[in-house]
Amino acid sequence: MTTTVARPGRRTQAPAPPTKGGAKDRWVRRAPLLPALIFAIIVTQVPFLYTIYLSTTSWNALRPGDKPFVGFDNYVTVLSDSRLRSALFNTVVLTAGAVIFSLILGLVFALLLDRKFLGRGIVRTMLITPFLVMPIAAALLWKHALFNPTYGLINGIFGGSTDWVSSYPKAAVITTLVWQWTPFMMLILLAGLQSQSHEVLEAAKVDGANAWQIFRRMTIPHLRQYLELGALLGSIYLVNTFDAIFSITQGGPGTATTNLPYEIYLTMFRKFEYGEASAAGVIVVILTIIVATFALRVISSLFKMEENR
Amino acid sequence: MRARLHNSIWGIAAWIAGIVFVFPVIWMVLTSFKQEADAATNPPSWFFAPTLAQYTQVFERNITPFLLNSLMASVFSTILVVLLATPAAYALSLRPVAKWSDSLFFFISTKMMPVVAAFLPVYLLVKHLGMLDNIWTMVILYTSMNLPLAVWMMRSFLLEVPREVLEAGEVDGAGLLTSIRKIILPIVSPGLAATALICFIFAWNEFFLAVNLTATNSGTSPIFLVGFISSEGAFLARLCAAATIVSLPVLIAGWVAQNKLVRGLSMGAVK
Repeated sequence: MTTTVARPGRRTQAPAPPTKGGAKDRWVRRAPLLPALIFAIIVTQVPFLYTIYLSTTSWNALRPGDKPFVGFDNYVTVLSDSRLRSALFNTVVLTAGAVIFSLILGLVFALLLDRKFLGRGIVRTMLITPFLVMPIAAALLWKHALFNPTYGLINGIFGGSTDWVSSYPKAAVITTLVWQWTPFMMLILLAGLQSQSHEVLEAAKVDGANAWQIFRRMTIPHLRQYLELGALLGSIYLVNTFDAIFSITQGGPGTATTNLPYEIYLTMFRKFEYGEASAAGVIVVILTIIVATFALRVISSLFKMEENR
Repeated sequence: MRARLHNSIWGIAAWIAGIVFVFPVIWMVLTSFKQEADAATNPPSWFFAPTLAQYTQVFERNITPFLLNSLMASVFSTILVVLLATPAAYALSLRPVAKWSDSLFFFISTKMMPVVAAFLPVYLLVKHLGMLDNIWTMVILYTSMNLPLAVWMMRSFLLEVPREVLEAGEVDGAGLLTSIRKIILPIVSPGLAATALICFIFAWNEFFLAVNLTATNSGTSPIFLVGFISSEGAFLARLCAAATIVSLPVLIAGWVAQNKLVRGLSMGAVK
């Protein structure tokens, strides 16, 4: 960011360039890293390799006997099964819906909090609170205390007898997720707003720019990277949404809210099709790699920005 | 004068937004102090004689072992994460290895992989080893879940240690241990605490692994909450009491750490 003025107190530095040393020095440097690296490889990478192997076998846990090698059959089954396609579609809708709405609402809240008023700390604490409620508790709270058609708070206040969960299953899940994730977006965007240079904003005001022009021309461009970061991290977390689906809709009605994690869970623990579940898992990872390659580029540019500040 | 009026309008708007937004939580706490008969009413009952009956009931149903399991899984995994992540972060920041950025991105890429994708082999292995429904399984898995976050976060805190001070210490003949104790630790200890709190929050709230790998012996608090629902009859007030109890540790941890929350959640990208 060339427009912001570097403030000495908040500056971070890039790591020292690794100096050329002997083999011994390299190992001394590596030693502290190795335990964590080995642990991560064993717990995350090895199981994944085994998933790839399983995905080439025909294995249903309910059927005793051997697990014959079937090549790409599971992939063909999974890809031609309409359930996976609808799960993929639902994942995109639920993730995108939750991320977009929580970003918008988070931006509004961040703008409200970015000025001085009486009790700002209390309001901030109130706005953070939904994020801290245990996700499964939040999902159950919304389902039973708020969405319930007969005694839920929403119908209790606004009248009517809408069964929110079965009439608008996707919206119900998204609402719950947005409620939980808006504080996250708000915090990131608030940090972005507060890193704006006051001198530049003052200068714009002196030059006669009105509030809207400042917001449109200066604040939004400044926030762009923070919006990207929020969207990216929000997507990483929300793609894995399981709690809310499990407890609010059980993926239904029909498959209206079955996302990929829930679909794989069903294949694994309801149908016991281990081979197919593994193939679906591998497909999810490939999709994630595609998204992540793009995402990592965003993250590294953001870190460069932070480090150059 | 106009500016003050302007500001107070913004303030009022912010207060309204805050109250509306937090209201479901307030409603949860209110409901937890009701009798079941007052809880499931339409229109909602705003005035009622508060009672602790639901909390007594929740404890009678033995929530305590679940809370202890959660505490164990969260605390031990957090300790393990900090012990693994801090040296790793050091090797990726202050005395970096040659390919530090590759390692850094390796860690974050393990975070991007959806848990379900590699879950089946983990489940089979755990089953094979007879470690199903064992709290140490959860400790190991939560450690690997939080490790990338902690490495990134600790790295961002370690980068704040001024290099000049470290070098000056080296010139003065301070050994590695001395400089860790005298220079690095004082600077990063608030960061260490924040990292630990965030790892604790994520471990405490985790549901997917817990629901698939634990049962009666090592069930964590989210599992208690879900098991609660299947019981028939009026349960709303009791559910709210249980939900309040299980959410309380994280609510407190989050309120205490709220200034560091954003940094942790963004893996150190935003301060």
